[in-house]
Amino acid sequence: MIQVSGQTAIENQRAAGPSPQTDWDPEVIAFCCNYCAFSAAALAGAKRMQYPAGVRIISIPCTGKLEMEHILEAFEKGADGVLVVGCLEGGCHYVEGNLRAKKRTDRIREVLDEIGLGSGRLKMVNLSDSMASLFVQQIQDIMGTIRVLGPNPLGQTEKKESAGRI
Amino acid sequence: MIVASPKSITELKSIIAEHKKVLFVGCGTCVTVCLAGGEREVSIISYAVRMARKLDRNPIEIAQITIERQCENEFLKDLAEPASKVEAIVSFGCGAGVQAIAERFPDKPVYAGLNTQFLGVLEEQAIWTEKCLGCGNCMLAQFGGICPVTRCAKRLLNGPCGGSLETRCEVDSDRPCAWQLIYTRLKNIGQLERLEEVVPPKDWSSAWYSGARKVIRKEHQV
Repeated sequence: MIQVSGQTAIENQRAAGPSPQTDWDPEVIAFCCNYCAFSAAALAGAKRMQYPAGVRIISIPCTGKLEMEHILEAFEKGADGVLVVGCLEGGCHYVEGNLRAKKRTDRIREVLDEIGLGSGRLKMVNLSDSMASLFVQQIQDIMGTIRVLGPNPLGQTEKKESAGRI
Repeated sequence: MIVASPKSITELKSIIAEHKKVLFVGCGTCVTVCLAGGEREVSIISYAVRMARKLDRNPIEIAQITIERQCENEFLKDLAEPASKVEAIVSFGCGAGVQAIAERFPDKPVYAGLNTQFLGVLEEQAIWTEKCLGCGNCMLAQFGGICPVTRCAKRLLNGPCGGSLETRCEVDSDRPCAWQLIYTRLKNIGQLERLEEVVPPKDWSSAWYSGARKVIRKEHQV
């Protein structure tokens, strides 16, 4: 066993935190406000910017329209992560939809912690329609986080259950 | 309205730990208005409990229904069919709703999904405050419509305690001094002379303290 200054390599690895899993592609649902994030995603596409293929973008009229059930259902159905992307604070087309979404997202993060799924799988970010590079960066960030957290265990059960069905 | 707050997912999960098929029943009246036990809240808690149980490798099947009022037998008949298919029922109504369902289904375990809090009003979005104790002998006429029995921490009936600080209650500075409110209100409506009347000790025999109460209105009986 390799010893580095009194510690094993495994202990060193543990001390550095969990390592990302690279043998699977996380599925992330991105709920994107039509007025900012969806346009930012379109701009990213027009600019030929690359981001992971496992992101499923769902356009919504405003993040304030996003119900807590929508996020929970995504996780129950096996999404590895959920990204809620709304307008910059103070820039919501409907004045405060993004601020409401922030509170609801925070509540769902508490729920995810309470049930043991982990709040790290859900993130809300704010950007404007011209911030294509930030949009791409946020997607890469959540993908990195999800790779560290590993696959959604609920998705694993779903897959096993459906594999068992005839 | 009756104000309630949801139980934690952890507590609810432990309450129904032994059951595999459960019916979650929301109530469309007070607890819907106070965002605790309406259709939406029942749906959210169902997702959470279902996922939590799945993660524990002890999956649960949850059926959901929200009826107009759990405290009226007339509406409970809608539960007969869904209740027959489950092992237990969790009521997201107030304590009265839970007990009404338990009486209606004597052979079925019925659990409370909410903590019933008080009779109150919506102060601002998502903030409710207690206004009525349900003492059974309303004295609001004497106090300009502000109840010291409920809103004064010391339940004083003859003026303030003298401990209030800048119109706030000395017991909890988040709370206004009920007697300050009474004084201002009586002044505004020109009835300050009411403060000169000495209010005798309250008759508490009509309150809960002698056990569960009953109201009979013969003129409406059939």
